[in-house]
Amino acid sequence: MLEVNGVSKHFGGVKALNNVSMNLQAGEVLALAGDNGAGKSTLIKIISGVHAPDTGSLAYQDQPLHANSPLQARNLGIETIYQDLALADNLDVGANIFLGREPMKSFLGMTQIIDRQRMLKESREVLHSLDIEIPESSLEQPVRNLSGGQRQAIAISRAIYWNAKLLIMDEPTAALGVPEQRKVLELIDKLRTQKIGIIFISHNLNDIFAASDRILILRQGRVVGESKISETSREKVVSQMVSG
Amino acid sequence: MKLDVIRSIWPWLFLLSMSVFFEVWARLAYDTSFLFNLFNIQSILTFAAAPLLLGIGVTFVIIAGGIDLSIGFAMGFAAVVFATITSSLGGQDPLVALLIGVIATMLIVMVPGMINGWLIAGLHIPPFIGTLGMYGVARGLGFIVADGVTVPVNNPILFQLGTTKIFGLIPIPVLITAIVVLIAHFVLSQTRFGQYTYAIGGNREAALRAGINVKRHTLLLYMISAGFAGLAGLIYTARFSAGAAQAGEPLLLDSIAAVFIGGASFFGGSGRIFGTVIGALVIAIIQFGLVFVDVEPFWQFLAVGIVIIVAVLVDQSRTRISNGGK
Repeated sequence: MLEVNGVSKHFGGVKALNNVSMNLQAGEVLALAGDNGAGKSTLIKIISGVHAPDTGSLAYQDQPLHANSPLQARNLGIETIYQDLALADNLDVGANIFLGREPMKSFLGMTQIIDRQRMLKESREVLHSLDIEIPESSLEQPVRNLSGGQRQAIAISRAIYWNAKLLIMDEPTAALGVPEQRKVLELIDKLRTQKIGIIFISHNLNDIFAASDRILILRQGRVVGESKISETSREKVVSQMVSG
Repeated sequence: MKLDVIRSIWPWLFLLSMSVFFEVWARLAYDTSFLFNLFNIQSILTFAAAPLLLGIGVTFVIIAGGIDLSIGFAMGFAAVVFATITSSLGGQDPLVALLIGVIATMLIVMVPGMINGWLIAGLHIPPFIGTLGMYGVARGLGFIVADGVTVPVNNPILFQLGTTKIFGLIPIPVLITAIVVLIAHFVLSQTRFGQYTYAIGGNREAALRAGINVKRHTLLLYMISAGFAGLAGLIYTARFSAGAAQAGEPLLLDSIAAVFIGGASFFGGSGRIFGTVIGALVIAIIQFGLVFVDVEPFWQFLAVGIVIIVAVLVDQSRTRISNGGK
């Protein structure tokens, strides 16, 4: 569903990406690994429309991809989940899932008001479809009262409800406790069965080996390794990250 | 969850304790009732109307994480402009003069609001500083327009509006304020505009990412705030048949105190119109109560000042608890 061909990107004199190519299938989970400054962030920012590549091309769902802004990329179904940037803490679950796109209903035929019942009902449905457990009593509470993992799950549900086809997750398990990490990994597994393509950046090799199908290793802006998770090992990944 | 319950109960507790305090004082010292007295209730509601109007506008701004310090002098500016325009049309039909005065004043008072919004949303000036500058500008303009004096208006309809009690019971300014309260509550709790106001105060970044036009929204919020200040200025002029540049000066503190007593957070993201209503009633009870029990009026300022500090302290500790002790 996504193809990146020979993409390079400079920032001043610094070559952040050097002739990087990769691809992703629907329902596949690709882990991006590499040390700080290896180019992971630059790569996802190019895919999500934050930066344009200097050279090289992208294709998404068999069409050339020229997203000039994150909003444009999102409209195409490419959604980036950032830790803690996505939710308004003071609003409830439904309000967050529907933020900016609230369903409306008529009020006495005079004006339009927010249809909170419908937001609640559809939020419940999308959470259920992803096996996300949030107690009924918490659905109408501000999301600040929920755990980090639940909030992450809500951000993901929001993307899925609005038809994201490609999810980019930046360190989805950082800052979570161990049981919560496991929940997020389960959720990634669930998304895979729904044919969502996932790119996730992680520093945690345990997570990478638990959740992904394939790993792409970057070093100093170049792809230095790519393999199926079943055909590599932690030792090999670490050595590629460090010495290419 | 318990915390949210406390949050919604606390303004009521404040109102109750102040009412009981003055009731007991009145009974012990003067052997009379403070609350069970129609005149007192009417007076408290009338006292509450002006700070409440200002408070409603600034509730919107505070929920979105801003502040508007210019409202007091925007109100005085509006009062002076309204009085000047209406009295200069003294030869016209009183109703025509009044309508022209109202419309022109509301349009003119939007200008400081637009400038506030532009400074804050467009030029990224901190709201506290931008609106403090506008406080000075509106104050200066008010005195310039009025030439440093109080501007009298002789308009019989305006006089009626300012002084008549409907069924001999409800002063018209109180009725207007009540209607405006209901509309503001509706907008804030039921519409997208209200929802986005909360979202911007809760997480500006999330609101932007959700495609909300945060700049335009912020501009509108400061215009709403100025609009309510304008309305308060109109009502002031109606009540006293005169406009004065310093009309809203003491009300800045009162109105912002009302918002925070009403449970809004200084950090943005929370607050309710009915909370501000209760906050304004608390302030009015303190002010009228002190007059009623014959304490020197200067103590009012001190009392309201302390109340504001207590309200923000409570807000801070609530926020600390809800952040898990951070």
